[in-house]
Amino acid sequence: MLGEGIIKGMLETARNFAGSYVSKERLITVQYPEEREALPENARVFPFLVYDGPEWLPGLRCVACQICEKECPPKCIYIDKSADKKPDAAGKPQNYPTRFDIDVSVCMSCQICVEVCPFDAIKMDKQFEYSTDDRFGGLLLDREKLAKSNEYYHQIHPVEANEVDTRLAEERAAAAAKAKAAAEAAAAKAAAAKAAAEKAAAETPAAAPAAEKPAAPKPPTSGGGGA
Amino acid sequence: MSGTNLPATVDQIFITFTHWVAHFFPSAFQPIVADVLGVIGIISVFPGLFAITVLLERKGLGRMQNRYGPNRVGPWGLFQPVADGIKALTKEDVVPFHADNVVHFLAPLILLTAVFMGFAVLPVGHHMELMNMDAGLLFFFAMGASSELSVFMAGWSSRNKYSLLGAMRAVAQMISYEVPLLLTSVIVVMLTGSLSLPRIVEAQAGYSGILPHWYVFTPMGFAAFIMFGIAATAETNRSPFDLPEGESEIIAGYFTEYSGFKFAMFFIAEYLAMFSISGIATTLFLGGWAAPFSFLTVVPSWFWFFAKVMCFIFVFIWMRGTLPRLRQDQLMNFAWKFVLPFTLVDLVVTGIWRFMGEGILRWIVCSLILIATYLIMGRTGMVRKPFAPRSYRYAE
Ligand code: SF4
Ligand code: SF4
Repeated sequence: MLGEGIIKGMLETARNFAGSYVSKERLITVQYPEEREALPENARVFPFLVYDGPEWLPGLRCVACQICEKECPPKCIYIDKSADKKPDAAGKPQNYPTRFDIDVSVCMSCQICVEVCPFDAIKMDKQFEYSTDDRFGGLLLDREKLAKSNEYYHQIHPVEANEVDTRLAEERAAAAAKAKAAAEAAAAKAAAAKAAAEKAAAETPAAAPAAEKPAAPKPPTSGGGGA
Repeated sequence: MSGTNLPATVDQIFITFTHWVAHFFPSAFQPIVADVLGVIGIISVFPGLFAITVLLERKGLGRMQNRYGPNRVGPWGLFQPVADGIKALTKEDVVPFHADNVVHFLAPLILLTAVFMGFAVLPVGHHMELMNMDAGLLFFFAMGASSELSVFMAGWSSRNKYSLLGAMRAVAQMISYEVPLLLTSVIVVMLTGSLSLPRIVEAQAGYSGILPHWYVFTPMGFAAFIMFGIAATAETNRSPFDLPEGESEIIAGYFTEYSGFKFAMFFIAEYLAMFSISGIATTLFLGGWAAPFSFLTVVPSWFWFFAKVMCFIFVFIWMRGTLPRLRQDQLMNFAWKFVLPFTLVDLVVTGIWRFMGEGILRWIVCSLILIATYLIMGRTGMVRKPFAPRSYRYAE
């Protein structure tokens, strides 16, 4: 019959109208500033710099290698590399960024900087409330604003952070073992070379440089792994 | 006004007040003073009602779609109309460079004036009409029709394709639906034998037992009421007949090029037109200011009028929350192939009713004719045509 569908539709909206006053479940609106939904674990907004330990500046994992700066598609990272070195969390002397700026008004949240960083120094944050009345300065985050502790990282992305920590620990252990082995080998080699050199010196003086060659490249290799 | 009859005193309180104010003036000026007071009343009450309605509409629509609706400005969003008003007043008034300035400026003024004029003949309570015209119904529809002029002025003077399209649609739609609108009110005129709106209300203000004599409770009155409601929705460009301002198609239709307070004037005029058409529907079919039951006559008449108007408004909002917009061809088909013929049949039925005399027989006959017409026309006239590949004809 003509008009049947209209009546059906009107009943449906009437049910919505009355129902929305009775059952709260119908109103799916999250009234944002007062109510918030927990973000999913893999939510990502803008990058931040991870630091280990209690102090942000000495603990920064970033070694200012500038890979992220080069890879960032919209070029919103700006890094100045330090001239001097400071010990990192593992105690190795490393460069550090004297300036590390990310312009979050340009950042497109692609996470490429995170993917390319070889030091797990930069990660994605969940903080999204950056509204400000200063549209240039307020959205240009410097290294102090970007630095967030590893504990914070554990808080926002627990699974990922645990993975990173295990990997770093393994790498450090492996590097330490390797360094130890290398040091022992080097020591043994050096001793052997010394003995050989002494022996050779007695016979021909030309054999000495050839014997020292394999020991020379060792320190740089262990240095790379140790970071 | 002796206080012995309290309901009557409250009922006529505005009239008494007007007379009291007027008696301070020399007798030559008294009618003018009374009229000015009435105009002030109309100009303040209906825009006030407009503010409330906009808020209720936004809240109601929200609830129908399981949203909250505005709830930020003040408690429960009550001050939303104030915020909207301030916003409209402080906006820049942009007039397109190529627009016809004078016409562009006049269009909203004329629209608002025409809409306000309609209220002059509406009886909003017992003895509460600004003008008791013998042909008040005609005056009302004449004013309603002149709003089409300003709609077209607005669309034409803006020099914008969307404005023009919107204006064309509006004029086509308003003229098509004006015909059934007038014919349905002719049914009421036939039943009452008068074009005067106060007389029409008085004819419905009697009771059989506790039940009122409203025209909507007669077969042809009910059918006419439904058709009037449809035509009224189209007349006021409300959803599902909001093609002239279909924002998903032509931005805002004829007032695309209006901003700031001129836009607000169009907005107000649209809602005022809604009030006036609801008011006339109430007057014609729902007994105007008459109470719904005889024992409720102690409640002032003006309360009943506004209560009925607000019910009407609620149905408008309800339909807007439910029905999708019609297509232009569906709109025209519906007007000319269903609403108009059905109204004509209804006219004939009214004649039959008049000449069959009192009795249960005329109820049965008239109802049967109307139901049969409705079913047959619904089956034959409104069938959906099967889709076929579109064929094009080009000029040779
Ligand atoms: S964040 Fe990572 S990739 Fe970027 S400069 Fe620092 S260490 Fe290098
Ligand atoms: S997330 Fe993408 S855009 Fe943002 S800083 Fe990293 S690489 Fe650049």
